[in-house]
Amino acid sequence: MIGLQHYMVVSAILFVMGVLGIFINRKNVIIILMAIELILLSVNINLVAFSAFLGDLVGQVFSMFVLTVAAGEAAIGLAILVIYFRGRGTIAVDDINQMKG
Amino acid sequence: MIHVIAFYLFATLVVCSGALTILSRNPVHSVLWLILAFFNAAGLMILLGAEFIAMLLVIVYVGAVAVLFLFVVMMLDIDFAELRAGFVSYLPFGLLIALVLLAEIVLGIGLWSAGPIELAQRAGPVNPELSNIQAIGGLLYTRYIFLFEAAGIVLLVAMIGAIVLTHRARGGVRPQNIARQNQRRPQDATRNINQPVGQGVEL
Repeated sequence: MIGLQHYMVVSAILFVMGVLGIFINRKNVIIILMAIELILLSVNINLVAFSAFLGDLVGQVFSMFVLTVAAGEAAIGLAILVIYFRGRGTIAVDDINQMKG
Repeated sequence: MIHVIAFYLFATLVVCSGALTILSRNPVHSVLWLILAFFNAAGLMILLGAEFIAMLLVIVYVGAVAVLFLFVVMMLDIDFAELRAGFVSYLPFGLLIALVLLAEIVLGIGLWSAGPIELAQRAGPVNPELSNIQAIGGLLYTRYIFLFEAAGIVLLVAMIGAIVLTHRARGGVRPQNIARQNQRRPQDATRNINQPVGQGVEL
């Protein structure tokens, strides 16, 4: 029978996949944003799995809020990406050092 | 039995398409694999009985976020081969970090033996008489109404922010100036003359 831990393992693998995506595509910010979406998706799976197995609907409500934040983050991130590309002609994020930070 | 088969099918597909999302050579393929991952995650959530979240995942993620990604990937003229330059050199370190993290999380899940959890007071206990969407609506519009409004504000700010960031006033074009158009009166723009025959028109 499929238990809570099965869903947690799937969610963990997806989370790690997102972290790995950030590490190996260090220059391509579009793939980094997609990896962040994968991480948020894994968090959503975890929330919904706990909500289902504990019989408490609050997890699903919070998963909706995570979804909202993910949508807003993708929109703002891609807008920043577009204006960065307009100014620089590239999206290689590892040579953003204009502010010497 | 069918539940187990469906779980393993969706779980395998979501993990594989997640891997292909981050490993694809072409970002357009990455977005398409991401869409497949979202669909399979929606399947997992349907197996869990969260139909509303599953539909929301398909509508919001696939319908809006993934299409936005696709739009941006196709709109920007980027040399993706150049961006992929350090891929192989980053791979060992990334894999190491990922394996350590995965081992830690899986160990944590394996050791997670709190037993049957007894919640003293469930905030939103599942009512078997209501459907999933009715129960979520009842919770969202009563107890979580302020968080719900805050989520709306987050989306509004994201929308305004994206428009403000990407909007630009173009130079070199002659747009319609409606205020000037409305201020212009016939007596300023035209005149009546009695033109004599045989003479040129004075403009």
